[in-house]
Amino acid sequence: MPMTLRRISLAACAVLALALGWQGGAQAQGTIRIGMTAADIPLTHGQPDQGFEGNRFSGVPLYDALIVWDLSRADRPTPLMPGLATAWQVDEHDRTRWVFKLRPGVVFHDGSPFNADAVVWNVRKVLDRDAPHYDPRQVGLTASRMPALRRAEKIDDLTVALITNEPDSFLPYNISNLFMASPSHWQALRAQNPTAEATWNAFAAAPSGTGPFKLVRFVARERVEYVRNEAYWGQKARAERIVLLPIPEANARTAALLSGQVDWIEAPSPDSLDQLRSRGFLITQNVQPHIWPWQPCFVAGSPLADVRVRRALNLGVDRDGLKQLLGGLMVPAVGTVQPGHPWWGNPDFHIRTDKPEARRLLAEAGYGPNRRLALKVQISPSGSGQMQPLQMNEYIQQELKEIGVDVEFDVVDWNTLFGNWRQGCTAASARGAHAINVSISTMDPFFAMARFYDSRMAPPVSNNWGFFNDPKFDEMIRVARNTFEPAARDAALARLHAASVDEALFIFFAHDVSPRAMSPRIQGYVQPQSWLVDLRLPYIP
Amino acid sequence: MILYLLRRALYAIPIALAVGFVCFMLVQIAPGDPINAIVPPDAPGDVVEQVRRDYGLDKPLPVQFGLWLFKVVQGDLGRSLATGRSVWSDLSTAIGNTLMLAVCASLVGFIMGCTLGGLAGTFRGTWLDRAATGIAVAGVSVPHYWLGMVMVVIFSVQLNWLPAMGAGPGGSSDWAWDWEHFQFLVLPTITLSVIPTGIVTRTVRGIVAEIMNQEFVVALRGKGLTRMQIFLHVVKNAAPNALAVIGLQLGYLMGGSILVETVFSWPGTGLLLNSAIFQRDLPVLQGTILVLAMFFVALNLIVDLIQAALDPRIKRA
Repeated sequence: MPMTLRRISLAACAVLALALGWQGGAQAQGTIRIGMTAADIPLTHGQPDQGFEGNRFSGVPLYDALIVWDLSRADRPTPLMPGLATAWQVDEHDRTRWVFKLRPGVVFHDGSPFNADAVVWNVRKVLDRDAPHYDPRQVGLTASRMPALRRAEKIDDLTVALITNEPDSFLPYNISNLFMASPSHWQALRAQNPTAEATWNAFAAAPSGTGPFKLVRFVARERVEYVRNEAYWGQKARAERIVLLPIPEANARTAALLSGQVDWIEAPSPDSLDQLRSRGFLITQNVQPHIWPWQPCFVAGSPLADVRVRRALNLGVDRDGLKQLLGGLMVPAVGTVQPGHPWWGNPDFHIRTDKPEARRLLAEAGYGPNRRLALKVQISPSGSGQMQPLQMNEYIQQELKEIGVDVEFDVVDWNTLFGNWRQGCTAASARGAHAINVSISTMDPFFAMARFYDSRMAPPVSNNWGFFNDPKFDEMIRVARNTFEPAARDAALARLHAASVDEALFIFFAHDVSPRAMSPRIQGYVQPQSWLVDLRLPYIP
Repeated sequence: MILYLLRRALYAIPIALAVGFVCFMLVQIAPGDPINAIVPPDAPGDVVEQVRRDYGLDKPLPVQFGLWLFKVVQGDLGRSLATGRSVWSDLSTAIGNTLMLAVCASLVGFIMGCTLGGLAGTFRGTWLDRAATGIAVAGVSVPHYWLGMVMVVIFSVQLNWLPAMGAGPGGSSDWAWDWEHFQFLVLPTITLSVIPTGIVTRTVRGIVAEIMNQEFVVALRGKGLTRMQIFLHVVKNAAPNALAVIGLQLGYLMGGSILVETVFSWPGTGLLLNSAIFQRDLPVLQGTILVLAMFFVALNLIVDLIQAALDPRIKRA
């Protein structure tokens, strides 16, 4: 009888082990499976879509730029460093001309050499409408991130000149968005495809860059698989294989991680964090070059044209409460960048919670219990980088009510919101809104500040939605763009940033921390202060 | 019969045109801009306008619609604005995946619905009837995406028995009918079958109850047929109506599984439509809706033909 009982127990254990092993058996050593928030694989032809998630997973793993981000450390704002270019400098006699020395010995995944011809070819793919490989789709994704670049000229095999339309010291940042695809591979595919567009589609299915990973499997809308590039010119990846899965629904991503189908998920649902931690998963986060603000409308008649009102709003919200609302997954914002950042600049106006001072400023501006300030803000219910917009805005609405501000929201979907963003607060699409809530990437000085504070960037040119116009700011931006020594340029940007905080040109609320959840089996992972991640570092031993 | 088929096929042409036109106009009048599928939100105005021209989105709407229609009649659904891929290549894969899911869910719904409905109709007024009716009401009342999430929590997260998402360990492109792949189909199929189970149960119960009251059943009893033999006669009489219901359900499942496909990341037409809607990817949206509408029309025709074949009383002029 005892023997029979033991056999039954063993059989039951075997059945249980089999049941548990159905999923666990799929896991392979050295393979990292990542659940992305994207609904589709970001474009793999060299200029990814899907925002910075696209650059993170389809850009930097497969391709390199002339200048890249140093993603190896978590404890500092992420700096630029040499990539496919080893050195660069602006021509002292012609400040619209930059000379780049290229890294020797680099080859694309198809074995063809990387050289000056490849750089010129890659610039022409987005800037030269007459080029045979010109791709309108990549223009939209790239040209907007390199507003000053006009063309490239080969000097010799390993030297190339980039020409801008005006002196622009921000070019090194912009260039980090131009990934180098293989011209030879494209030409080989062109021979098999009827049009340039079809060739780029074929290229996307079998891309060739110089990056640390090579694409080996592409299933549209479902998965993409990379293997380590053994011929990589720099530090090689530690993981053997990366599998990327688009899982747009947050609960589905979390369930996939909990059930062992993936090893790492982007943006776990906030409600699941405790469960994930209790099951031994790691929650990683770090402050991102991101700001979640209200961008004011400055035109006559808008209450936010008055700096006292803008300052009052900045003082009227308890950001620690907002952080608590998000389960700790944010950093309270006191400017576009954090204190300690090279562009911080020590503003005189200290953003904090000070409701009495906020009420005093509002009273000075003519608002009080008998004349409450009514504001309309255009927001979205979701969207890339928008964090938890409904909950956060409702919290802010409640906070501002306490200082005598009544906020009404005009909720439109994300696609509509960023379409409206390009049209400005005087357009019919703004529907009378006094502010708009669009989150912003702040990796690059043009995208962090210049496009909002330069009067030339008013719609339809760029994102100065509120038509801010102050010659003092125009001049500060001109000086920053014309200062080419990096430390001096950062100092100029710091002055610009400090002035923007002093004038409260945004209502600053939060920085995202880009939460991720991952299996404790993953080693070597570093979460830099960046939208990007170096996939060469993590591995599963 | 051939004339009938031809006439039905001709009817599909104005339906296709109307569907294409309505879909095109709905996307145009909805807030948002298809250009946002191609350019990032921070793109400067000149880049946006340049890309708009490159894609022909600056042309008048009737011209855009005409150009799309001209391509469609040649069998070209165009290219996705967001990915540049052929709409048909993505759509054909998605249709295959959704069809597999919808057929499995319809089969489960049909078998479960006929069984429960048949039992309830035969034994009406008993506890069996009440239990089956209760299941049917629950089936049509429970939000199926919620049920899907609950089942994922139980069977994937807690018990680790079944996968939580996806269409196979290597994606749907290398699908095989073995357990390693089939297990990915289990939870979405059960989730999606809940509504057809409820509807078919209620329909079959009503039909069976009605047939059981007819005189020929009394005659069959009088002739001394066994309960099983009578049941087979009843089933034969109930089949055409039940088939019509499940045929329509299959059509609904083809187009209406957006939420379930999203919950399970099942790469079908629902997920394709979902992302196309949010991206304003007009060619994908129009192509998918057009093909699904044609599928629905074709399915109705097939169901009509099968009904006529099963029941000689139904005549087709």
